[in-house]
Amino acid sequence: MTNFQSLEFFVPELILVITILAALITDLFLKKSKTDLIGWVLGIGLVIVGLSVLNLSSVPATTLFSDAIVIDPFSSFMKIVIIISTLLVIAASWANKELENYRKGEYFTIMGIMVLGLFLMTSSVDIIMLYVSIEVVSIMSFILAAYLKLDTRSNEAGLKYVIYGAFSSGVMLFGLSIVYGLTGSTSYFDIQESIFSMDSSANAALIMALLMIFAGFGYKISSVPFHFWTPDVYEGSPTTITAYLSVAPKAAGFAMIIRFFHQIFSDSIALTGTAIGSTDLPWPEIIGVLAVVTMTMGNLVAIQQNSIKRMLAYSSIAHAGYMMLALPVLSMEAIESIMIYLFVYVFMNLGAFFIVITVKNKTGGETFDDYQGLGWKMPVVGSLMTLFMLSLTGLPPTAGFVGKLYIFKTLVGAGSDFLWLVVAGGINSVISLYYYFHVVKVMFLGGERSDTISYPPSLMFGLMVFTAIPSLLLGLYWNPLASWVKDSLVFYTQVM
Amino acid sequence: MENILSLLIWIPILGAIVVAFLPRDNENLVRYTSAAVTGLQFIVAIVLWRKFDPSNGSMQFMERYEWIPSLNISYILGVDGLSLPMVLLTAMLFFIGVFVSWNIKKAVKGYFALYLLLNAGVVGVFLSLDFFLFYIFWEVMLLPMYFLIGMWGGPQREYAAIKFFLYTLFGSVLMLIGILGLYFTCGKTFDILLIMERAPEALDGVLWWGMSAAKVIWVLVFIGFAIKVPVFPFHTWLPLAHVEAPTAISVLLAGILLKLGVYGIIRVNYGIMPDQVYWFAGGLAFLGLVNVLWGGLCALAQTDLKKLVAYSSINHMGYSLLGMAAVVAAGEMNGGDIKAAQAGLSGAVFQMFNHGTISAMLFILVGVVYERAHHRDIDGFGGLASQMPIYTGITALAFFAGLGLPGFSGFVSEAMCFIGAFPVFKTIVILSTIGILLNAAYFLWAFQRVFFGKLNEKYKDMEEINSLELFTVIPLAIITLFFGLYPGPYLDLIKSTMDQIIEKIAFVATYAVM
Repeated sequence: MTNFQSLEFFVPELILVITILAALITDLFLKKSKTDLIGWVLGIGLVIVGLSVLNLSSVPATTLFSDAIVIDPFSSFMKIVIIISTLLVIAASWANKELENYRKGEYFTIMGIMVLGLFLMTSSVDIIMLYVSIEVVSIMSFILAAYLKLDTRSNEAGLKYVIYGAFSSGVMLFGLSIVYGLTGSTSYFDIQESIFSMDSSANAALIMALLMIFAGFGYKISSVPFHFWTPDVYEGSPTTITAYLSVAPKAAGFAMIIRFFHQIFSDSIALTGTAIGSTDLPWPEIIGVLAVVTMTMGNLVAIQQNSIKRMLAYSSIAHAGYMMLALPVLSMEAIESIMIYLFVYVFMNLGAFFIVITVKNKTGGETFDDYQGLGWKMPVVGSLMTLFMLSLTGLPPTAGFVGKLYIFKTLVGAGSDFLWLVVAGGINSVISLYYYFHVVKVMFLGGERSDTISYPPSLMFGLMVFTAIPSLLLGLYWNPLASWVKDSLVFYTQVM
Repeated sequence: MENILSLLIWIPILGAIVVAFLPRDNENLVRYTSAAVTGLQFIVAIVLWRKFDPSNGSMQFMERYEWIPSLNISYILGVDGLSLPMVLLTAMLFFIGVFVSWNIKKAVKGYFALYLLLNAGVVGVFLSLDFFLFYIFWEVMLLPMYFLIGMWGGPQREYAAIKFFLYTLFGSVLMLIGILGLYFTCGKTFDILLIMERAPEALDGVLWWGMSAAKVIWVLVFIGFAIKVPVFPFHTWLPLAHVEAPTAISVLLAGILLKLGVYGIIRVNYGIMPDQVYWFAGGLAFLGLVNVLWGGLCALAQTDLKKLVAYSSINHMGYSLLGMAAVVAAGEMNGGDIKAAQAGLSGAVFQMFNHGTISAMLFILVGVVYERAHHRDIDGFGGLASQMPIYTGITALAFFAGLGLPGFSGFVSEAMCFIGAFPVFKTIVILSTIGILLNAAYFLWAFQRVFFGKLNEKYKDMEEINSLELFTVIPLAIITLFFGLYPGPYLDLIKSTMDQIIEKIAFVATYAVM
């Protein structure tokens, strides 16, 4: 489709751009204390964007701007997930006391630009577009991580993020350039075609390129061994941004990985298919090992943390590992399971972070000591936190269990080659129980009945309940979600 | 009465919600509500028992609703001769347990809300016939149990609670993998009855890691259940959890939760993979022997009365395992001795029930003395017989029941387990009779140290067992005595179902590989 025709299907992004500009301009006229208003501007804009995404989700899948990006139900699903998490984080940002002394105009505007980048990440089918969208997201994340400019740890977070980000995107770009050199094209479809017909003498170069590209992907989803930035950045950033980084870029990152491998390297049935087979690269095994190492490392290190925020950072590494478990299979079923996992993960993880924000607003701390006896002092917060911890562990009847069930189901169904991954995933969820329930233990077991019961402020309370409801209900009845995901399992593909 | 089984599950769930919304300062209201809820459930269970047709060995009162059609998950409930006695026992012990918990002071509301949730989980496991539902109930039990031990338990309660949780979760994760294996091999369904029908054929020749998938699945699922039983070497969570848990929770843990393991092995392993029983029975009998001896020896070494009772549970469950292993006698290669198989399996199931009543009694009695003396050191008492004659009498009865004296129900079921297992596992049975000796030794020795000798001066003002406590023990004592003298009604109730299981196992013997 030509550029001009494409605009019709690019409406959500266009509205988003207008929203961002509106936010920038409004900010000029506001006093510092009134900048919360920009959140409203962005929020309302995003709701309209969401509606227009839904509106477009029924059009047949097609490519835009001369094969640069696609719109298909899969990208619509991911965009909705991104919008939901952004809206939740915007609301939480109003209540986050860490941000009190700063203007929030740029904060919200940058978040809007990041959403634009995430949208493009989910839908790009051209390696240049892919790279540009990753960079848009990364640069915005650097700024947001360092947003608390008077706080040295936030500055440290931003700087670390920049260094790791620059390095891994450089490596990735190098990999992409090798792919371009081998295939002579930047479009996924052309790349796929030439890889399938490629001489096997080019295998070594292709393997190198793949590994380099995976460095960039792994950095975005914080997979081991590209995870080193995660704990420090998550700890130093404003908590709302930590929460945001742990869900939205991860969702877009998985969308990007799925699209890249599914489009270029699979015979549309499984990753173990012909294309990868012809390169002698044990690709499923490599990703499988990375997934297991990622979740094991995340879980084992999470056990030793004193700060709940840092513990959640490591736990988010572990969750990336669970989702990666399904990547070696990469059948439609595997993609379905990753999508379901991502959807429920958004709610349970954001919920846990909202509680961290509430407690920090109240006590000023985020270590286990600050949670001592919380279940007795703030029973509602304690109970909801228990629910989120249950869900993150993956115990029924919570949504987290359904996510794990789908992942495990995919692996068991894919045959006995992948059984060891299920066993590793299962053992890891037992390990994770230990530290998630350390929180519960501190909140309930370590305290005494207190006579004064306090409740969280109504905005945070509303957000907690809003995330808690899906965390529980989707564990009991997830049929609507499952059918929505099934309907979204349509990719734009060009068959050779 | 169409949905009587759902009623059994949903009464406690609704009860838990009601209790959670009661005012937290009116503690008596919470207690009475909980008693009413469990009482109502007990009545429904009795109605179910009266309406149950013992001559029919298949599932009765089945309920079936669509739930998650995309994964073929349904809400299926049913009851047969294997689960009905367990449901009755559950309802009864939970009702009694409310009165055992009457003196809980800390956060009464939270305690009873979790207590009722636990109740729903246990009944749900016994009744559900869909693996997904089964697994949900299986896991729903864990959280209340974690809190009940961790918040209302003894000094080491936090460690005991998390250890219990981790152990059980480890087992259930393995079980989940086994379940998913069955799901895929048996045509993508979680329906247990359907899987039972399809599994022997569907699993035939399927390989996992180069091993027979049926064997791998058997072992995965077995470990999940074995941790609950607990089978040596997965038993180490049990003494700790028992000792730290409050009395009522120990009662339920020993009385019902351990039975879930045996129930699961018979329902899932035996029901779905009957041909693998022949392969595993020897190992099962051996594990039974280890349980009997190890539990007995450990019990003998204890100085804490509650720990002694806890180890006696391990010892008693060993007999049950032995009885279960005896079903292979029905196979042709073992002489096709259907009678022995019947004795063994019925004995195992009966032992489950008897241990449920007897250990419940023992734990309640230990709780009585603990409440007064605030310790359970066996050597720290002495001469209580003169101070508390009624208590001594009842404890004597419970101890005799526990050591398997003829005239008590425990004797009948243990004898049945031995008789059943003898034709196939002669050496193991002979060795495990040593267990009976140990059994008598630790109970009698403990009894002697606590009740006879010179009265410990510290306890000369110890109060006699009160009427509330008597009310909780006497029904159990009556049941124990009644079934000890006349086990007929119980065995008739389970007979058709047991026969059906044995028939299936005998049938597959023709092609089962040893």
